[in-house]
Amino acid sequence: MVAKKDPFISACATLERGEAGRTGDWRAKRPIIDLSKCTPCKKQKDTCYLCWLYCPDGTINRGIPVEIDLEYCKGCGICAQVCPAKAITMEDEEDLLLKECAILNETEAGGEES
Amino acid sequence: MSKVKIINGNEAAALGAKISRVQVVAAYPITPQSKIPETLVKYVDSGEMKAEFIRVESEHSAMTVCISASTVGARVFTATAANGLAYMHEQLHWAAGARLPIVMALANRGLGAPWTIFNDMQDSISQRDTGWMQVYCRDNQEIIDSIIMGYKITEQLHVPMMVCFDGFVLSHTVMPVEIPDQDQVDAFLPPYVPHLQVDGPEPININPVMLADPRVNAEGVDCPSYMGFRLRLQETLESAGDVILKVGQEFGEIFGRDYGCLLWEYRTDGADIILLSMGSLANEASLAVDQLRDKGYKAGVVALRVFRPFPAEPLRAALSDAKHVVIFDKNISYGNEGATCTETKAALFEGDERPVITNYIVGLGGKNVSFADLEAATLKALKRKGQMNGPHWLGVAV
Repeated sequence: MVAKKDPFISACATLERGEAGRTGDWRAKRPIIDLSKCTPCKKQKDTCYLCWLYCPDGTINRGIPVEIDLEYCKGCGICAQVCPAKAITMEDEEDLLLKECAILNETEAGGEES
Repeated sequence: MSKVKIINGNEAAALGAKISRVQVVAAYPITPQSKIPETLVKYVDSGEMKAEFIRVESEHSAMTVCISASTVGARVFTATAANGLAYMHEQLHWAAGARLPIVMALANRGLGAPWTIFNDMQDSISQRDTGWMQVYCRDNQEIIDSIIMGYKITEQLHVPMMVCFDGFVLSHTVMPVEIPDQDQVDAFLPPYVPHLQVDGPEPININPVMLADPRVNAEGVDCPSYMGFRLRLQETLESAGDVILKVGQEFGEIFGRDYGCLLWEYRTDGADIILLSMGSLANEASLAVDQLRDKGYKAGVVALRVFRPFPAEPLRAALSDAKHVVIFDKNISYGNEGATCTETKAALFEGDERPVITNYIVGLGGKNVSFADLEAATLKALKRKGQMNGPHWLGVAV
């Protein structure tokens, strides 16, 4: 008879944010929101939120400003497609990471000098 | 008290589900098993059976409903055949992978195209790698008994089971069947307790994506890997033979019909010629063996009662004295040979002395196979000492 607590019989997971791991590192393109174009930000009221509605991974919050959780965003680009204000653009993740690294290095180098 | 009824195989299967106190039935009609859901609908409608009969639009949905109901703790039953079983294929893998103790009656039927409604075992053999256990019945008594035992076995192992029997040959043939006493069945078969409790206070995600390697989840708990689940299913099936034997013996003690065996043997004492098959064909082979014995041949029958898990060890033992094994397959693995032939050869590979093996493909699409056919085929195989160039098709020329 199989032991009841054998973890290799019934596969299950709790309903948690990040249950499938930090899926953000799957991303090839990163969504960048231009808040000057984003409807809720411009009007300063809860409206539109189509990106929040369509995000298949629930990584976009419904607030002002609209924020995307890059820990879990897989970069599918649906938000950019559905945004009626064209406020979201998909930019190359690798280029952005290289730029960020460069900024980080500069900051660190600056720190050492002073 | 048990009582004897004159019933066909489909009625025996339906009674087996009823007497096992099945709680959910989801099935779709297909010849030759349509009588099973029809009979169960009558039981449910009249209140004889306290179960939900869920009407579905396809066999795929039938299995999906069974999976869902079994997950939440119901004892479930379905029945199908041929293309209906093929249509379930995806969900068969799911049921086994989700480790659900579903019992399914299968009236073996050939697959189209071209259409046939008649018997062979191509349907269930095509599903042998889905992770389901498969038993093959020789008569209607074995059908009802195998379904009752099936729940006890599957609910211990958390692995589903197909109870296979020959379409029309058994499904539509009446014979005396002893119907076990309900109280005795209740004592033999305790209520089903699901492995996973899904009605707890917190919602859970069942059978989510499993990654290739173990990982830590959002709560910091180690999560198993996909391959670990596959290994456990294999290990469980490897050890399933012991559970099947134990439950079969216990059944015998209570009901007087012992199923403490994975093979069925007939006149194998001192036999150096073995006719090997499955299902009702084994009974036909026993008549052929009587004829062969009368003529001085030391012949016997070995039938695979259980095909998955494959009883390799008992089979090696049963064939240890055989000089010639004649294997009758009601299926064909196109481009190779009959499935039971390949698997028997594999089981014998580890033995020191291997018998001559002849493989006959027989009875496809309901072609009648009489004991005289089996006897003549055996004599032909003996005469040619097995040199027959691959599987030989019995009774057909093109």
